[in-house]
Amino acid sequence: MPKLTIEGLEDIRKEDRIRTAGREGGPFRAIVNVHLGTCGSAAGARTIMAVLKAEIEKRGLSDVLLTSSGCAGLCSQEPMVTLEIAGQAPVKYASLTEPKIRAILENHIIRGEVVREYALGTGYEKTGGQPALTANRGLEAPPGPLSSVPRLDEIPFFKKQVLIALRNRGLIDPANIDEYIARDGYKAVVRALTGMTPDKIVTEIALSGLRGRGGAGFPTGIKWDLVRSAESANGGPKYLVCNGDEGDPGAFMDRSILESDPHSVIEGMIVGARAIGAAAGFIYIRNEYPLAIEAVNNALRQARDYGLLGRDILGTGLDFDLQVKRGAGAFVCGEETALLASIEGRLGEPRPRPPYPARSGLWGRPTCINNVETWANIPAIITRGAKWFAGIGTETSKGTKVFSLVGKINNTGLVEVPMGITLREIVYEIGGGIPGGKAFKAVQTGGPSGGCIPKEKIDLTIDYESLTEAGSMMGSGGMVIMDEDTCMVDVARYFLSFTQDESCGKCTPCREGTKAMLEILTRITQGQGTPDDIGLLERLASSIKDTALCGLGKTAPNPVLTTLRYFRGEYEAHIRNKKCPAHVCRQLNVYTIDPGLCLEKGRGCDVCRRNCASDAILGLKNQAHLVDQAKCIKCGVCFDVCNFGAVRVD
Amino acid sequence: MMDKMEERVSEILSKYQSDPGSVIAILQDIQAEFRYLPPPVLKQVSTELSIPLSRVLSLATFYRAFSLKPQGRRQIHVCLGTACHVRGAPLVLEKFERELGIKTGETTADGEFSLNAVRCVGCCGLAPVAMVGEDVHGKISQTKVAGLVKKYKG
Repeated sequence: MPKLTIEGLEDIRKEDRIRTAGREGGPFRAIVNVHLGTCGSAAGARTIMAVLKAEIEKRGLSDVLLTSSGCAGLCSQEPMVTLEIAGQAPVKYASLTEPKIRAILENHIIRGEVVREYALGTGYEKTGGQPALTANRGLEAPPGPLSSVPRLDEIPFFKKQVLIALRNRGLIDPANIDEYIARDGYKAVVRALTGMTPDKIVTEIALSGLRGRGGAGFPTGIKWDLVRSAESANGGPKYLVCNGDEGDPGAFMDRSILESDPHSVIEGMIVGARAIGAAAGFIYIRNEYPLAIEAVNNALRQARDYGLLGRDILGTGLDFDLQVKRGAGAFVCGEETALLASIEGRLGEPRPRPPYPARSGLWGRPTCINNVETWANIPAIITRGAKWFAGIGTETSKGTKVFSLVGKINNTGLVEVPMGITLREIVYEIGGGIPGGKAFKAVQTGGPSGGCIPKEKIDLTIDYESLTEAGSMMGSGGMVIMDEDTCMVDVARYFLSFTQDESCGKCTPCREGTKAMLEILTRITQGQGTPDDIGLLERLASSIKDTALCGLGKTAPNPVLTTLRYFRGEYEAHIRNKKCPAHVCRQLNVYTIDPGLCLEKGRGCDVCRRNCASDAILGLKNQAHLVDQAKCIKCGVCFDVCNFGAVRVD
Repeated sequence: MMDKMEERVSEILSKYQSDPGSVIAILQDIQAEFRYLPPPVLKQVSTELSIPLSRVLSLATFYRAFSLKPQGRRQIHVCLGTACHVRGAPLVLEKFERELGIKTGETTADGEFSLNAVRCVGCCGLAPVAMVGEDVHGKISQTKVAGLVKKYKG
């Protein structure tokens, strides 16, 4: 394939607009876009796609373009489809099923009548703080939203979001580089390679105030400057690395970016290569993300075919290429020195720093490691300027951050919000509050290295400093919401079991210390805690923090320390009263059946007895049932399956 | 039998030009091929790449993606990420154990299923989540487990 020139990129932009823009008189009357990220697929989007494909073929609808894109952001309402009729604003349909998509096909695709009851919203999300800058590829002035359906940018979940890293969310087919190019893709590469010196690029990134989105928040401009000015032994090459080993449980923004918009990361790395003077780079992706690995490999091939990677990129003389390295399932590999060891084919064990990878990284050469989301921000900063980016956010934390809003919350999904937003806005406006009318208890941020922020701090503004002050940390952006039914001692035990399991074993404080802490926490959740345990936990925590080798160990005690700081009462209830106030620690639970309710409301429906895991429920159909406490293994199935609220837990 | 295995491993090794730096990727391909890392294969890899067997073994036991015991034809991974945990994943995992009659980390006697816990598959919006092979199933509960196992058995 002939390599592209800069003019060639512009041609693709124009051509793609004509090819797919849903404008009147264009080749397509309707564009149907199925959102096929991992979450969408898990919720049934592949079935929706198959139904549409079969129907469109069967009916010979040659003026309907069926396409797909990645994650649309609102996981709790997957599967989703965006439908665009020529000359009209797009309509997003949510929570789809086979009958619903058939109704949409008949009414909206064929007859042009919006199916209001299934429609989530119309129009576009706000990208980069500016409404629909290049959404709807090509239409300079996007058509006004349909009055009969709520505007997407007015729906609480989307309203306060500002998409920079996720600027192409739900809009492009990740398998087609032309669609990325059409939405101003690779403009930053052209600007950086033809109109900016390496110095100027580094200055621009520094001025933007961008900080590492992997969690620690190190200023990206300073890191780039360090690597650029580092001397490479024997004049060897410098390297770039994209850390896509997104191991924090509860965080999945990196997966989503790699799956849905891989070119945004590749473009950021090409800009980085020019700025730093790197000749090669690696994108390290978790083994658990097969779709992301496939999407990035495909994107790399397309970029190479176009001459955007390889020798003499766009005829500018820059040589740079990238390859994917697949992780092999080790949480500690998210730590930068362990990740580098893993790329080199060695055991993923961290080593002490300094020297930092900026001086001595891959094969001893200066290496710049940034997280997926950080790289994805770079093209937007170069295209729109540092000043624009620095205008968003707070004094010390600029731009936006993507959070994965999950757990006990109505709207689960990926949210990209300006730094400085309050926790309250995220939980109650974007997240739509807690399901089932339950009370909000805490939010866990920062994964196993972070902590739990209690409801008293709901008005906290989110930035790197405020989260650290609250005893947690930004981390990679997992935000797990907990309600009154979540036991904070169990959460602390959960994280310690995680870090203990993932500890590589190299240093003693982490290997032995987390194990000791886990033993104490397990004892407490089983009702065998002693009054000395809390003090012992605190002493262990402080020695591990001070002496562990790497970030994994140093931060492992955080979940225990924050829960002790904010929820000490729950620990005491477990230790003194042998009770779990949230009824999560099952060894402390007693399940009983209210005979009156069972008989009157449920008429002895027998569902609990049939589902019981240990034959511990006695009773015949149409009679009140009873739990045999000696046999009960406290699995809680009876509580889950009873439709009449007759099973009680104390 | 052994010859066939050796042959296949040679093919994988040559795909990576027997590059010692690619040892992890090579072991991943072998794991995908045989559903475990058979001991003779580890020797072969060690010899071909000129890496001590001890190092190959340390890699094989350090990374979670590798197994020294054969895995089932269908691998069930129950996600124990934070969001799944607070939404009841431990109960789901126990239900799978009872349903399959094996413990986490084991394979059924007929070699059909193996059951493993996994640290977050990144599908937290649909918690709790389990993967069967590469299919991700969201919003599962204890009561859905039996049906899921049955579906894949058929």
